[in-house]
Amino acid sequence: MRKQGKQSWVYENPIYINATGTAVGPREAKGPLAGTFDKSFENLHCDEGNWELAERKLMETAVQSCIEKGDITKEQVDLFLAGDLLNQNVTSNYLARSLSIPFLCMFGACSTSMETLAVGSALVDGGFANHVVAAVSSHNATAERQFRYPTEYGGQKPKTATSTVTGAGAALISKKKSSIRVEAATIGKVMDYGAKDPFDMGSAMAPAAYDTIKTHLEDMGRLPSDYDLIATGDLSGVGSPIVKDMLKEDGYNVDQMHNDCGLMIYNSDQEVFAGGSGCACSAVVTYGHLIQALEKGKYQRILVVATGALMSPTMVQQKESIPTIAHGVVLMREEGQ
Amino acid sequence: MSKKFNQQQYNNTIKEYQPKPALLGNCLKAFLVGGLICTFGQVLTELYMNFMDMSEKEAGNYTVTTLILIASLLTGFGVYDKIGQFAGAGSAVPVTGFANSITSAALEHKSEGIVLGVATNMFKLAGSVIVFGVVAAYVVGIIRYVIKLIL
Repeated sequence: MRKQGKQSWVYENPIYINATGTAVGPREAKGPLAGTFDKSFENLHCDEGNWELAERKLMETAVQSCIEKGDITKEQVDLFLAGDLLNQNVTSNYLARSLSIPFLCMFGACSTSMETLAVGSALVDGGFANHVVAAVSSHNATAERQFRYPTEYGGQKPKTATSTVTGAGAALISKKKSSIRVEAATIGKVMDYGAKDPFDMGSAMAPAAYDTIKTHLEDMGRLPSDYDLIATGDLSGVGSPIVKDMLKEDGYNVDQMHNDCGLMIYNSDQEVFAGGSGCACSAVVTYGHLIQALEKGKYQRILVVATGALMSPTMVQQKESIPTIAHGVVLMREEGQ
Repeated sequence: MSKKFNQQQYNNTIKEYQPKPALLGNCLKAFLVGGLICTFGQVLTELYMNFMDMSEKEAGNYTVTTLILIASLLTGFGVYDKIGQFAGAGSAVPVTGFANSITSAALEHKSEGIVLGVATNMFKLAGSVIVFGVVAAYVVGIIRYVIKLIL
């Protein structure tokens, strides 16, 4: 039985993350997790001619690093699952053009990191692929242009705003045993509690994270205490307390084990408003810091719930509210590795 | 279903979780920075009038041009957006804010070429200012004309 409960998948075969790759921009490299990334670029342009190329370079670097660390060749990868935040997913599509690995493009806004990991693991579990690379990227400047204003525009942002993480993360998934096992996943429903403010995505996404965490615990018959960490993707300083209080109303207290990747990635004195966001936020924190903490034995089992605001500037201007989604993946430490 | 958090009440319930904007502080900052920009403009006008022998009207045009140049340069150097985050309307309302909106859009779309990138997108943000500026001037002009006819 791979399907468990309403929305959860438990992989029948042991599925592992053999290697991860991360690349970040200059601001992330000044944060508290600086030492956990494979590569950090000193300038936001990543030595490229424009922002879109910079983002592509980030994803390319992360994927390369992941494949190298996984000790396999590009030709051995059966499937590349990737997504980003830009229109037509240009970063992923254009990188896939040069990789020439069979490719499925995915979009779940900032939840794409766990979406690709969950689906990639399912495909390996089902025997449709032996090696899958799951990758995502986001870039502060491309996201500003896509969703907000030109990067140098002097508009004032409220404190509830988040700051898109510049970076990319990739994971190599296979059945080959390693120290990190992908145990289960919970696929989220699109939730919309009527929040309309694109400068407060933490509030908009909290119900999606709440629903996925709650459903996950019910489906798996588990309690929050079964996890050493429940990490949400990018709820920031605004959404994190909301999701904790929402879960409390259902009798789940996650105060002890909850943290948010958007709060982990930057120091409190970095000017990032309410915290970090973007596909890369959950990806670089999970594929860097969290995986390393699992390897070291600091954690035994964690739940990463990547949250995505499925926002479009056109829809926001047409006064529509912001639909959101969250996908959860359970990672656990495999002993004896 | 939970009581405090439900779909209908959500936007009200979460208000207590959202940090309040520092209204008074923001107003003060906007007043100070906006005032400083205007004072600087006045200094420029006086300089043009006294040292370059210009009439007040001529000096006004040169002042606006100088402010636009400075604001565009600051935008290019990546400083104006930081001033904007600090000052809010204080740096958005004066002509420097207008210059910033045009320069930032032009810079942003440079990678798409001169014609379809820079030229097409330059007025993406400033376009609405021009439209409403022209419409308002037209309406005020008509009112003035009508009053003049009556008197």
